[in-house]
Amino acid sequence: MKKLSLLLAIVLSFSLFFVACGSDNQSSDSVPLSLEGEVTISGSTSVEKVMVGLAEEFMALNPGVEVTYESIGSSAGIKNANEGITMIGTASRNLKEKEVAWGIESKAIAYDGIAVITHPNNSVSELTKDQVAAIYKGQITNWNEVGGEDQEIVVVSREDGSGTRGAFEEIVDFEDALTATAILAEGNGNVQTTVAGNPNAIGYVSFTYINETVQSVLIDGSEPTTENVLAETYPIARPFLIAYHEENLSEEAKVFMDFIFTSEGQYIVEEKGGIPVAN
Amino acid sequence: MLTKMENQQKKGLFKDGNNRKKYEKAAEIFFLANAAIAIVSVFAIALFIFYKGLQPFMPLNEEGTYSFIDFITGTQWRPHDEISQAAYGIFYMIIGSIFSATGAIILGVPLGILTAVFMAEIAPKPIAKLMRTAVELLAGIPSVFFGIFGLGFIVPKIMASSPYSQGQSLLAVILVLTIMILPTIISLAENAIRAVPDTFRQGSYALGASKIYTIFKVVLPAAKSGILAGVVLGTGRAIGETMAVMLVAGNPIAGIPTSIWAPVRPMTTNIALEMGYAFGLHQEMLFATGVVLFIFIMIINIVFNKIAYGMKSS
Repeated sequence: MKKLSLLLAIVLSFSLFFVACGSDNQSSDSVPLSLEGEVTISGSTSVEKVMVGLAEEFMALNPGVEVTYESIGSSAGIKNANEGITMIGTASRNLKEKEVAWGIESKAIAYDGIAVITHPNNSVSELTKDQVAAIYKGQITNWNEVGGEDQEIVVVSREDGSGTRGAFEEIVDFEDALTATAILAEGNGNVQTTVAGNPNAIGYVSFTYINETVQSVLIDGSEPTTENVLAETYPIARPFLIAYHEENLSEEAKVFMDFIFTSEGQYIVEEKGGIPVAN
Repeated sequence: MLTKMENQQKKGLFKDGNNRKKYEKAAEIFFLANAAIAIVSVFAIALFIFYKGLQPFMPLNEEGTYSFIDFITGTQWRPHDEISQAAYGIFYMIIGSIFSATGAIILGVPLGILTAVFMAEIAPKPIAKLMRTAVELLAGIPSVFFGIFGLGFIVPKIMASSPYSQGQSLLAVILVLTIMILPTIISLAENAIRAVPDTFRQGSYALGASKIYTIFKVVLPAAKSGILAGVVLGTGRAIGETMAVMLVAGNPIAGIPTSIWAPVRPMTTNIALEMGYAFGLHQEMLFATGVVLFIFIMIINIVFNKIAYGMKSS
């Protein structure tokens, strides 16, 4: 049985290989096969999934090009791009003033929404952005202050340095003011598990981590969905950025960046959990 | 004839002896090389951590200089790009580490030793065998599973009876750590108890002592150095355990734990939690946390060795 499935896998991968070769030959006039070299990228851990997906597809189409992604965090990625250590940097938040002052160029390649989540039994299903900020600052500490039951609010946040936390703090506007009573969970998954297990908890996760074990709260009356992010009614969304200096880009890097914005590239963005940028 | 044979033997022996010397020497060097790996590793790790971890306190440090006193006595951990707005205080984490390890030792040591006594002295053979298998299995479970178990089972149970509305707490950490150090303590203590010669017990019975009296007054004192070795290893694990603790500790950004219901942030989880993203001064501060942890474990080892030495000489 095992052998059979192995054989099947081999046969399948071979046939895929030939199909891929076939399509390559057909599209050779649009994508030059002579492309050879490397594209170096570093930055956000949140962007990693999307970017690696794009890189893999691009490398499959252009076997001569090697795209590398080093996941070291948004700030470090932009710093690298600015100093020319890597050609492209990525960030899962808007550029800070200091970074804009460096004169670095940036483009959004995708969006990611951050949902505020609570326990499914929590009667509070709607909050304003200001209320969320007050909860995370520790100014509102009881659910009855926002129309819920008389229960202490358990604030769940992410570890320091997380791009999601950075973006959330910036958008909701409570930077460096997180309440000292907050408990910190590592990664989106742990936030979700913690909130799912505690009727009084509030947390925030990337849209891809919403499921039936938690309740996603309406913010300013808008539901956390992809459509609402694109329509700009849902306020807690962040861009996935690429940042670069034109003169640091190789020929391959330019082609790769163009590829990101093609419909195929944006399809991969969506497949990897990002919200495509509107064309 | 005899002398001829003797001569031949002597010759042969001599030849062999020469070869043997070479073998002995080669084996010696080989063993030395192996033994050196451990020592070199310790020194390499210590050197690396100290080099990286002491940077932030040096004047003229590239990433900025932070006060060592503020680091050791501070009770807030708020990293920031601007050093003037950042707070890197680990005092509350040191307290958290001490409390969680002490709690686990207080619960785990008696529990472990009594279990070991039961397995070695009291339980019928099949039951003892079954228990030994269970203990070995417990030792083999990856630590992150203990964390998942803690998060899914212990934390909700604590939440039900805690005055706070969350279950991530010092108590949860202590309970998870207790379960984790049990196998180490049990197996080392059991081996030590089994190594006590039977004549000791027989002598005690001959004097009319009961079984329990014999266990506590004869067997356990005779096995104490082995038991202590188990306690030392258990303490090491309790202080150093990271992944499981991270899931149930709550990891607050400030606050000295004032009760067993309060969340804690031991030093190990501080490093593991943020190392993935940190760079610059923030990263150096995490190495500095490692330095404190390293010194901590050295102190514990020295103290326990002193105690063990005192026990042996008395």
